[in-house]
Parts: sequence; structure tokens; C-alpha cells
Amino acid sequence: MPEENVIIQLSIFVNNEPGRLAAIARTLKESNVNMKAFNLAESAEFGILRAIVDDPEESFEKIRQKGIIVKKTQVIGIVINDAPGSLFDAADVCGREGINIEYGYAYAGKNLSAFFIRVDEPHRAVTALKEAGIALVKGTDI
Amino acid sequence: MFWNSEIECLPKEGLRKLQYGSIKSLISKLYSSNAFYRHKMDSVNVKPDDIRSLSDISKLPFMTKQEFRDNYPTKMFSVPNTDIVRYHVSSGTTGKPTLVGYTRKDLDYWTDALARSLTSIGIGEDDTLQVSYGYGLFTGGLGLHYGAERVGASVLPASTGSTERQLELMQDLEVTAIACTPSYFIHIMDVAKEIGIDFLRDTKLRKAILGAEPWSEGMRKRIEESSGIRAYDIYGTSELAGPMFTECEERNGIHICGDMAYIETVDPDSGEPLESGEKGELVITMLKKEAFPLVRYRIRDLSAVYDDVCACGRSSPRIARISGRSDDMLIVRGINVFPSQIEYALMQVPQVGNQYMIVLTRDGALDNMVVQVEINPEYFSDKVKDMISLRSHIESELKKYLNLAVHVELKAPGELPRFDGKASRVKDKRSL
Ligand SMILES: [Zn+2]
Repeated sequence: MPEENVIIQLSIFVNNEPGRLAAIARTLKESNVNMKAFNLAESAEFGILRAIVDDPEESFEKIRQKGIIVKKTQVIGIVINDAPGSLFDAADVCGREGINIEYGYAYAGKNLSAFFIRVDEPHRAVTALKEAGIALVKGTDI
Repeated sequence: MFWNSEIECLPKEGLRKLQYGSIKSLISKLYSSNAFYRHKMDSVNVKPDDIRSLSDISKLPFMTKQEFRDNYPTKMFSVPNTDIVRYHVSSGTTGKPTLVGYTRKDLDYWTDALARSLTSIGIGEDDTLQVSYGYGLFTGGLGLHYGAERVGASVLPASTGSTERQLELMQDLEVTAIACTPSYFIHIMDVAKEIGIDFLRDTKLRKAILGAEPWSEGMRKRIEESSGIRAYDIYGTSELAGPMFTECEERNGIHICGDMAYIETVDPDSGEPLESGEKGELVITMLKKEAFPLVRYRIRDLSAVYDDVCACGRSSPRIARISGRSDDMLIVRGINVFPSQIEYALMQVPQVGNQYMIVLTRDGALDNMVVQVEINPEYFSDKVKDMISLRSHIESELKKYLNLAVHVELKAPGELPRFDGKASRVKDKRSL
């Protein structure tokens, strides 16, 4: 079942101006959106905030209603706490399968550390990674 | 020094009589021979006989730039195409450009106006003038070229570009004066500084005739202080002929040759004539043009007319430095752009949301136009490279519509200002 390993990330467009990120963070906090992990990609004039949150569906609606550009993106979490080198193995599997990793970022929780990766074909990636014996995060784990 | 002191220093009364006579015969001739103009006069129910004094000119309808566009290419010409000896074309960003034609006499008057202007700032046969305006469809290069030849100056037809070579020629040929846009002159100054040329020490250059784009007294001061060169303002648009009128040595307004042109100012909103000295929109009637006459043409430039006799002795009216425009036309790198055209282009691009801002800056000598757009959320991607290619796509679409390179900045919806009443979507930060 690849679905249980496909995690919903919220991607948010941020203007690269002083205070914009803080304003978005405040809006998320006021909407009780709890960010578990996040990553900010920047270009000269805009940024893209990528966040793993509690209850992504409900959070998505809350954020969208605030007039913020938000989008749901499917990512995969590679468990890295008990298997050093699993990130390399995962990248290796994707490379062999011709699956391009767009970006990734780390997550460290109480029970679990993981690395989230964004690939174009998440379902195919989940199947390939699982076949290679790599442990993946389930949506319910975080 | 005068090129034609008799006409340039004609007493006011005589000049007004001359202008009245010229307008009277121009209107009679147009009414009987030019269908376009007769129709215009009929539409406001004015006949040539209704013009009984110089001030009656205000009864005549205005001409507008739109009429040139609508009658492209030669429908407004008053002479057969066989009488045309030259064309020039001014660039706009969309639609039809403005085409102007000249008879042999038209070229002669244009050249004569420039001969008077050059003489009034002391340029004559002892001078070498480097014409660093563009040669070609643009009027600046060829206009100044023939004007300078007429006063007997040696002309260096340098056109624009190859700035280091221009500086080399300026030194080798002992150039004494240059004509170009203020922004190109600033570029020449920058290059000269870079390669260690000091104008006063290393060249004979002492005068610069600058115009064909907006500039200010502040910019003149900066140019003169850092280069040591005396700068003069020149005025004219392709509809008049091209750049043709300059300041005199007094530099107290640009002399508009009274036998060739009748200049008025009107209230930009009501179109009512203003008194001399009052700031308003310039309206010009060309008294001698043949190929296509210009009667009460609304140039859309804001200025004031001074009608006293200048300290230099010339009786022709002078106009104050152009302070802006009464429409929202922008001049970006010499190209005329209306914000409405940018808006139209943006609305053809589905990736663009509903709000935008146009920000103009000047980077050294070059104008830079940034269009900030709110993105359409449907096209948002979590990948940076997608967003960058989205931006490039919008830039290339705008380039296609506007024929002008613009930089696009992506903004989130809600980030750009909203306007209740009249939107002001242009921020012009160029220091002119
Ligand atoms: Zn004068």
C-alpha cells in the first residue's frame, strides 16, 4: 500500500520581503497549524515554505482561507534514526529507477528521525524503496 | 550670435502679425484642400473666416497622437507621396508606430531651426559636433547632422554605441560639442572616467546638447559638475520634425522659432488656453509644414510658455523645461510605453493575477522596468525552478507584446497595493 507512505506537505508562497515569513508564521500559529518540519527555499524575490503539519487537510483549508497561496504536495519520509546510510541507499534506489529527487529536508521527532524527499512519482518511488528494504515514514507516525 | 537676426529678433508686434498671417493662410489652405482637416473643422462648426485674430486659434479643434495612428501610414499627408523626400518613424510598443514624412521644404525648415539653435549656443564653423544620437528611423541623428552642416561645423556622425571609440575620436578630431540623450552622455562620462579621460584636460569638448528624453535641472547640475561640460536642453518630437529647438546661452527656456511654430499652453483637463507663464499642456501649430500640417497638436508635454523678449535679444517665445506629461505615457529606453499596454499584455498571460505595479529605475545610464505581478494561485508550484520558469515565461510573453525587455517579480496575491479610486500603478524612481 504505497498510499500510507505518501505524506502531505503544505507548500506556501512567500514574498521575499522583510517580515513576510514572520507574518505567515504568525498566521499559521493563530490558525493553530502546528509545523512538525519545514524547509524554506529562496530565490532573489520569493521564497517557498514547505511544511509538514498536523492534520494537513484541515490546515490546508485554514491557510487557504487566509488568502495565502498554499498547495498540497506529496512527499516521502525516509526513516534514518536506526539505519545510518539509509538516506544514501534511498538516493541510490531513486537514481537507479530514474526517479529525480527535487529537494529534501530533515525531521527530528521524539520517536523518529526522518528525511523528507520530494519526487515526481511518489507512488512508484514508495514501491521501489520498500522493495529495497528501506524503512519509510507512515502518515500516522508523525 | 544669430543665424537670422532679422527674423529671430523681430519685434513682438511684427512676430504676432506674421504668425496671424501664417495661421490664416494655413487654415484656408487646409480647409479647401485637406479632407481630414476640413472634416475636423466642420465637426466643431468653425470656418476659416472665423479666425479673425491670433487668439481665435483657440476655436480650432485639437489634433492628437491617436489621429496619427488611425491614419497610418500616409492618410494625413497633405502632399502626394512623390513630394516626400524622407520618412522617419517613432517607436511605440504596440499598434502602429507614428510615421512622419518631409518635403524638401520641410527638411529645409527643420535644418534652419537647428542652424538658429546651434548658433544661439555658439556653435559654428569653428566647431566639431559629434552627433551621438541614433541615425536611422529616429529623427535625432539626421536632424542634428544637417543642422550642424548648415552652420558650417564639422560633423562626426558617431551615432550611439562603441563608446570607447567615440571617446578616442572625440580626442583625435578635437570635438568641441556633442549632441545625444542625457542618459547616453552619462554613460560616456562613466566610460571616460573608467579609462582615465578628463574632458577638460584631455579633450576639447565643452558643450553638450541633450534631449529626446526627460531630464531635469538636477541632472544638468550633476552632469556639469562632474564633467565640466556645459549642457543645453533641446526640444522637439517627430511630429514637429524632430529635435529642433534649444536653449540659448541664457539657458532660460527653450526658444520656439516664432515664424515656424505657434506655441500655446492649455489646461490639460478642460483644454482651455492658459496665460503665458502658467503651467499647462503644450499645444503647437506648425506654421510652415507641408507634408503633414500640425494644427493645435496636443503634445501632452507639460511646460509653461514665456512670452517676454529674452535677454539674448530673441523675441520668440520660450518654453520652460518639460516637467512631465499630461497622459501617463512612459519613455523607457527611448521607447514610448503606455501603462494600459502593459496591462493589456499582462491580462493575456493566464499565470498573472489581477494586480500589478510598474517600477522604473535607472541603472547607470540604462532605464530598467520591473513589472511586479501577483501570481495566479493555480500556477503556484513548490519547486523553485518551476517558479523561475514561470517568471521567465511571463517575461517573454511581455517582451512579445511590448517589444521591450522587462523584469518580472512574482508576488503573492494581496501583496501589491489596491486602489479605491484612480489607480497609480507606476512608480518612477528614475532620478531625472
Ligand atoms: Zn534667449
